[in-house]
Amino acid sequence: MKKLLGIGGSDDSLKALEHTLSRAAETGDELVVAVVENPDSAHDADEVAEHVRQKVEEHGEVDAEVVRLEGHPGSALVEYAESEGFDEIVLGGGETSAMGKIQMGHIAEFVLLNSHVNVKLVR
Amino acid sequence: MNGENGITDVSGFPEPPFEFETKEGRTVEVRVYKDEEGEEKEDDEKGDRAALRQMYDEFDSADRAQGIPPVREDALERWLDTVLEGINVVAWCDGDAVGHATLVEDERLDAHELAIFVLQSYQGEGVGSRLMYGTLAHAYELGVRDVWLTVERWNHAAIRLYRKTGFAVTMQESFEIEMATRLVKQT
Repeated sequence: MKKLLGIGGSDDSLKALEHTLSRAAETGDELVVAVVENPDSAHDADEVAEHVRQKVEEHGEVDAEVVRLEGHPGSALVEYAESEGFDEIVLGGGETSAMGKIQMGHIAEFVLLNSHVNVKLVR
Repeated sequence: MNGENGITDVSGFPEPPFEFETKEGRTVEVRVYKDEEGEEKEDDEKGDRAALRQMYDEFDSADRAQGIPPVREDALERWLDTVLEGINVVAWCDGDAVGHATLVEDERLDAHELAIFVLQSYQGEGVGSRLMYGTLAHAYELGVRDVWLTVERWNHAAIRLYRKTGFAVTMQESFEIEMATRLVKQT
């Protein structure tokens, strides 16, 4: 399976990265990690890209490509996934409030509503 | 008068403990949650936490909101640990917990997040609104001023109640609507 992981640096997206790399190590999925600009994230795209490269190296058995997508993160992910023939987009499944309520990020909401490719949210 | 302006006057709200009769004629008591740790209990007396635990065991999963209360036992216990650190008010009927309101502080926002749960068989009887009034009155006395919540778009009954209580919509671009209010007490 050809998977596209979108990551903007929020905590849930970092968790999704760990999860997806471990999964890919088990299944041999083809994986591309797309670093997007998430205005809600505490980290800028350069930091996130560097973090992703380190994590990919730690999972030596996974051959994941890292790309940078500019512009509106949700639409950039959907367009890239559809034009490059991906089977699935993987995203962080949201942050939780102090109370424990799940709050989905804006990127995930946009992708869920617009993507013709399957979407996986990592909880 | 309260209504949709982002300000909630708590002066007309009853402070717990208080009792009321529901539309179905059942007597419900609203009390502040008591941490019973280390306290002796009579055999037939249930502790507050055990009562809440029992209420959530019976809770209809269709009434869950954004993942809470969690279904799995360990996750439910952890969630109770978290919210019971906050301000909690419980509605009782015949010795059982039938409703629970909780306010949890988010230090980053300097505001308290509100959630209210009513056991399905007690919904539509005014338990939720009484719980909310009592909780906000109690919270005001503890110094709480800013309260916010999220509610799912399709939960019209809850949205109507929050609007009536003074909550104003602060964000509605998402799947859930965010509402907030400031507690005041007019004399």
